Amino acid sequence: MNSVHDMGGMHGMGAVVIEKNEPVFHASWEARVHALQLAAGSHGKWNLDMSRYSRERMPPADYLRATYYERWLFGLQTLLVEQGLVTSEELATGRATAKAVAPTLLRAADVPALLRSPRGARVDVEVAPHFKRGDAVVARKINPLGHTRLPRYVRGRRGVIERDHGVFTFPDTNATSRDKKPQHCYSVRFTARELWGRDVSERDSVYVDLFDDYLDAA
Amino acid sequence: MPHDHDDDHVREHDRPLEGPALRVKALESLLTEKGLVDPKALDELIDMYETKVGPHNGARIVARAWVDPGYRTRLLSDATAAIAELGFTGRQGEDMVVLENTAGVHNMVVCTLCSCYPWPVLGLPPVWYKSAPYRARAVIDPRGVLRELGLTLSEEIEVKVWDSTAEVRYLVLPERPAGTEGWTEEQLAGIVTRDAMVGVAKVERTTMAER
Repeated sequence: MNSVHDMGGMHGMGAVVIEKNEPVFHASWEARVHALQLAAGSHGKWNLDMSRYSRERMPPADYLRATYYERWLFGLQTLLVEQGLVTSEELATGRATAKAVAPTLLRAADVPALLRSPRGARVDVEVAPHFKRGDAVVARKINPLGHTRLPRYVRGRRGVIERDHGVFTFPDTNATSRDKKPQHCYSVRFTARELWGRDVSERDSVYVDLFDDYLDAA
Repeated sequence: MPHDHDDDHVREHDRPLEGPALRVKALESLLTEKGLVDPKALDELIDMYETKVGPHNGARIVARAWVDPGYRTRLLSDATAAIAELGFTGRQGEDMVVLENTAGVHNMVVCTLCSCYPWPVLGLPPVWYKSAPYRARAVIDPRGVLRELGLTLSEEIEVKVWDSTAEVRYLVLPERPAGTEGWTEEQLAGIVTRDAMVGVAKVERTTMAER
């Protein structure tokens, strides 16, 4: 979806400010919401792409105003209701009307194993790549209404395959229908001038990780 | 009544809750009551990200690569396996690529669509990395962003920006600063910063004096 989360190339956002000696979390609720997302996610009711999509659907003005962990809170509440773990009434009142059926409650002792376990984005199947290193490609000019990892700033732009990362789950379908649609993902090199015009350095480039379904031969 | 400086550091559970703090507390109570989360598991998750993972992990990788040419070669050809040699694996680090900064090439990493970041080696991302200014500007004006952050690159240097739009996570291998010949791996790890491993700073020999 073409929303404000797709920020590459936007103007007017201000200066980048690095905080000295920044803590991992700025308030204990940030730490709790991060942990809640991981613990609730252990029930397997959603995948990584569904999580990202839940945050992208925050209304644009709210998204820009929110802090990072406020977006996580919005996304988590959205997923809990959509996936039937919590009703919207329970969320509004804060009172449980029924126990959830959760056979896999994450315990403290399970945490190290949870964080070590791969989330399965890489898929161990043989799929023929559409492209190889050095091939000229063009990013498709598409505007999906759902989740996509094809940023607007490369759509319609020409690039070159830098490397083939292998076969991965396709985010666009995994976010909505859990269809993994395994396919190759590549690092694609776009020159800065191809993306932004003549005012930028001719030496520079941007490398974007893109899937077969985002690319055509150029 | 104006707050003095120390009040800013009082954790919010010591004063009345409002805004997201109140909503998160209510959500945790609800999920606990429903049997969906165990608060002790939440404590454990928080401890992992506050103390166990962080840029000190990435710094060990960089220092090893600086002193061990064989390790450096493995790191640049199969980063996931080389990083796993030091025990760093798992969530948001399953597929790693390491980018080497040299006298002629400067790499920097961004995630324009959200805030993808290599958790096992750098920990959770800092606010600036997640902020709209960095996500918006890193791809269109990397040299301007670097200049604001105190790193002015000559026009002769090639800038490569890596947008983490999929599940590969990137770590920058910074240049080893001059004047560190003969330093131990531990001493070298002590001067490697998070910002250098994202590619918005160089490693300075003087960093050690400030630590």
